[in-house]
Amino acid sequence: MDATVDVGIRHLGFTRKPDGWVTRLFDNKAFLVFLCLLPSMGLLLVFLTYPLGLGIWLSMTDTTIGQPGQFIGLDNFIDLMDDPVFWMSVTNTIFYTTVATVGKFALGLWLALLLNHHIPFKAFIRAIVLLPWIVPTVLSAIAWWWIYSPQFSIVSYVIVDVLHLRSTYINFLGSPWPARWSLIVANIWRGIPFVAITLLAGLQTISPSLYEAALLDGASGWQKFRRITVPLLMPILAVALTLSVLFTFSDFQLVYAITRGGPFNTTHLMATLAFQRAIPGAQLGEGAAIAVSMIPFLIAATLVCFFGVGRRKWQQGEAND
Amino acid sequence: MTIARRDAIALGTAAFGAAAIPVIGARAAVDDVPTANVKQPEYKIESGASLHVLRPAKFIDPDEVFWKVNTKKFIDATGVDVKVDFVSWEDLRPQLAVVANTGAGADIVISFGSDPHIYSSKLVELTDLADYLGAKYGGWYDLALLYGRKWNTKNWIGLPIGGGTGPVLYRKSWVNQAGYDKVPNDHDGFLALCQKLQKNGHPCGMSLGHALGDANGYSEWLLWTHNAFVVDEKGKVAIDSNETIAALKYATELQKTMIQGTLTWNDVGNNQAYTAEQISLTFNGVSLYYTLLKSPDPKLNAVAADTFTQDTPFGLSKRKPQSAAPLNAMLFKHSKYPNAAKEYLRFMMEADQYGVWLSNCLGYWCQSLKAYSQMKFWQSDPKLTPFAGALDSPFYDGYKGPISAASAAVIANYTVVDMFASVVSGNATPEAAAKQAAKQAERYYKSA
Repeated sequence: MDATVDVGIRHLGFTRKPDGWVTRLFDNKAFLVFLCLLPSMGLLLVFLTYPLGLGIWLSMTDTTIGQPGQFIGLDNFIDLMDDPVFWMSVTNTIFYTTVATVGKFALGLWLALLLNHHIPFKAFIRAIVLLPWIVPTVLSAIAWWWIYSPQFSIVSYVIVDVLHLRSTYINFLGSPWPARWSLIVANIWRGIPFVAITLLAGLQTISPSLYEAALLDGASGWQKFRRITVPLLMPILAVALTLSVLFTFSDFQLVYAITRGGPFNTTHLMATLAFQRAIPGAQLGEGAAIAVSMIPFLIAATLVCFFGVGRRKWQQGEAND
Repeated sequence: MTIARRDAIALGTAAFGAAAIPVIGARAAVDDVPTANVKQPEYKIESGASLHVLRPAKFIDPDEVFWKVNTKKFIDATGVDVKVDFVSWEDLRPQLAVVANTGAGADIVISFGSDPHIYSSKLVELTDLADYLGAKYGGWYDLALLYGRKWNTKNWIGLPIGGGTGPVLYRKSWVNQAGYDKVPNDHDGFLALCQKLQKNGHPCGMSLGHALGDANGYSEWLLWTHNAFVVDEKGKVAIDSNETIAALKYATELQKTMIQGTLTWNDVGNNQAYTAEQISLTFNGVSLYYTLLKSPDPKLNAVAADTFTQDTPFGLSKRKPQSAAPLNAMLFKHSKYPNAAKEYLRFMMEADQYGVWLSNCLGYWCQSLKAYSQMKFWQSDPKLTPFAGALDSPFYDGYKGPISAASAAVIANYTVVDMFASVVSGNATPEAAAKQAAKQAERYYKSA
């Protein structure tokens, strides 16, 4: 066949020129892949790799705002080891992330299960649930700041002046533990919608036929939840958990707007301490070192979430057991 | 400032608007500033000169309006094109760092207190200009000398323009009710007053939260009135001292007389509580009084009428234990028109311009040159008197050490504030807190 066509073409006077190097290059699959990846690689390089690299470099210098620094190796980190304020911020961050994440997932899952039922004004209610997440955090932080005010708190007003349950206003942020719990409550409030809506999306992918089958087998509500809902929700739960832990661990706005790390540094998170040292305190190197110290924690948290919770074959592209 | 016609109209309207505010002593000509006859330095303005100036954004409208009016006068008189950018306070220092590190951009940056000391190698010395102004206008205040000149030299690297301070503001009627006609000047008397105020249901309130201005001001007052200080003359950390322990013990007693929640207050905490008539006494800038005075609410005007001001109690200090961070102008070496820049700064500091600007700023800014304290507007409202001498103080952030990046870092990290806060809340002993504060301060003073 081929030979006939070839002869035919020659006969008509067409000769196929050998491909130029440009054509050959563009026919090369490896090159095309590289070419198509180039824009996103460029974006990653400029907006992710460079700042990260610069942060790591700064953490190993004594740069201040105003003076270019010298390379000092790991001195910043060694100094931080000896700084009780830094360690306080580390324990605060871990505590804050753990408790807030547990709270967000418990309440978020509960809310998702409720929203998964057929209720009147479903779409409207689902939109309302998203509100805390839609409002810019700085705005909601200021609202919380008023709620926790020692003089003007609406909560205190209701308890003291309306219900007469107490005689004095509550000092939410005045001492370390109440302040930490207050911040965690605000963070949970802000984080619930993300968890609820993500899990709701997961719930809706579960086929009702599974529940019907379970019903025929005489499964109880708890058994359905435990044996159908939870396993099928795991993949999306793992993703939501990972993201939520990352968001919470690197939280800055709520704490900075409500307490600025006070009273006496007992509510500083690593992010707020890094900012305070680097920008108002002008010690860019030290601030960068605190920020870089967050990286191992973030990687560990991601790995735990991903492989601990979501250890499923779907990660390898196969179906669940 | 490149003033286009449209801007000029806007500017005129703004000036008119500002004049419509019942400001104290607003007028165009200045005849109440005593001056000495000193030969004016001649700065030969480079041909085709243009200037770019950065300065902090306004506190109150007249600050910006009259700065622009004066700049316009300079443009008309010299033909030099001047562009002034008013930068928000948080953004100013990062922008200054960019200007200094890139060696490009603004010719003049007006920033805060210690900045010229951090960038001194990049600045044009202003000694001739500062000496001339000092000689003509009765000399510079102590804080202006400290912040304007390189440490322990007579070389001027910054030109202090003005500053604000935070004296005591108190409710006269409640202080009278407690049996006093003014705030006592000694520690025991002040504590007794605060105890009585609290007993009468009108507690005082000073912030020990992470409030950059208020809490640092109050905790420095506690230190200085007990003869305690963060570092000694050589920049060696000296906060772990018996004087500091005494200050911590006194603060603990004083805290018991305060309204609850002062450890959570940011810089507006005391303003809010005072405005809501929940506290009787606090330390603050003039803004609190001004807001009450200009409020459309007659109830707040009544609070303003009952508000009196006084220097903070001296305690063991011989001089006023309040500091002020001055506005400090810097001229960068990378400027192509240093003479035009010097001439601009000279022009802005002369009575015809500076006097108008100052008198319209109502005590938000106070003069750095002594002669301006004679201006009649300072007498128009006796409540402004404690603000008039803002820079008449030997105390500064990082007293008694050299002004440096370290002192700024200690302030920004609330080292001293947190020391007091941890003790008054019962979370640390005075001895442990002082040691901890010394350790934290040494983190920044280690290289000094």
